[in-house]
Amino acid sequence: MSTPTLKQYELNKYSKIYSLGACRGELVVTNDEVAGPIDSSDEWIRQRTGIITRRRAGADTSMMDMAVVAANEAIEKAGIDPKEIGAVIFSTITHPYTTPSAATLLADLVGANPAAAYDVSAACAGYCYAIAQADALVRSGMAKFVLVVAAEKLSDIIDPTDRSISFLLGDGAGAAVVGPSDKPGISPTVWGSDGSRWDAVSMTGSLLEFRDGTVSWPTLRQEGQSVFRWAVWEMAKVAKEALDEAGIEATDLSALVTHQANIRIIDEMVKQLAIPDSVAVARDIINTGNTSAASVPLAMHELLRTGEVKSGGYALEIGFGAGLAFAAQVVVLP
Amino acid sequence: MALTQADVLSGLAEIVNEETGIAASDVQLEKHFTNDLDIDSISMMTIVVNAEDKFGVKIPDEEVKNLETVGDAVNFIVSAS
Repeated sequence: MSTPTLKQYELNKYSKIYSLGACRGELVVTNDEVAGPIDSSDEWIRQRTGIITRRRAGADTSMMDMAVVAANEAIEKAGIDPKEIGAVIFSTITHPYTTPSAATLLADLVGANPAAAYDVSAACAGYCYAIAQADALVRSGMAKFVLVVAAEKLSDIIDPTDRSISFLLGDGAGAAVVGPSDKPGISPTVWGSDGSRWDAVSMTGSLLEFRDGTVSWPTLRQEGQSVFRWAVWEMAKVAKEALDEAGIEATDLSALVTHQANIRIIDEMVKQLAIPDSVAVARDIINTGNTSAASVPLAMHELLRTGEVKSGGYALEIGFGAGLAFAAQVVVLP
Repeated sequence: MALTQADVLSGLAEIVNEETGIAASDVQLEKHFTNDLDIDSISMMTIVVNAEDKFGVKIPDEEVKNLETVGDAVNFIVSAS
């Protein structure tokens, strides 16, 4: 009697992003509204961060509410049946439950139940991490379509008196549908981490310390100056490597979409990468603020919505932040 | 050959001018980066990275906060070169 041969997944050669979805917090918060507790001003905040307003969600809007809006837009624009989604990958640092995951609930809410669903915790790099995984799942044949969602309600973890990061932060969600393609749509991802700098962007305490009453509600903090150096000069190297891996030059890009951390990081990276004027540079931070993992899909969605870039061009996307963690890839704009 | 204080001051003044537009002649040893030259923490880090490139020295993150005056920076770079 012969031993039967195992079946393995049939590989897909290529993948691509089919569509994007976006949802920003409904409140437009001005610099004047956040300047008081940090003894600052509209001018100081604009000069140091580029932010004019940040979008935040009201008390009755949850991170999941925004995720559902963004996900439904992406699914509708992709023109697929949600039942065709084989996996849901959810990047967030503000899901308020240790378990179950945000992804399983979202999958059910958008009609993708019983898709495989799990969360990714890679902070501001999370969307690009998730796109890398979606690319791998689609090309390996493990999922026909993958729904990637990055959603944050960072206003839940801010301290209005903190001058390091809180005044930068906004709330929002971005989503993408990734599926099979007859030509390359997502380049190799350059990704990694540096846990030796685990506390460069971190919380003021753990939930256990909060439970025991030794710290107040934990909020986000960063070592701004040190993170700035890493975000510009180290991430410029990662971005260059991603271009090399994709086999293209900066001049071949239609868009540069970096994590929207601070306009000065974006501007300095443009300089370091010698990005030509012909490339649209995402500066969604000006009106949205820093929305962590959601910032890359929100910024790309905005470039497409306003017509600054057209479908089919190449975009270099790079996420970087707490961990420290980073990921960059070149994608074909949906 | 070790750099002289005058060499470093002159080179650092050029870097500060390029980053902030402050006249190189205003970048003097006793000037405080924040209080006198109004240089913020992000510009300071850009100056530090450009100084590392120009003078071939390493200025660790934890050292940057100790560089309060132009003289502090010049002396650190001279001793590290």
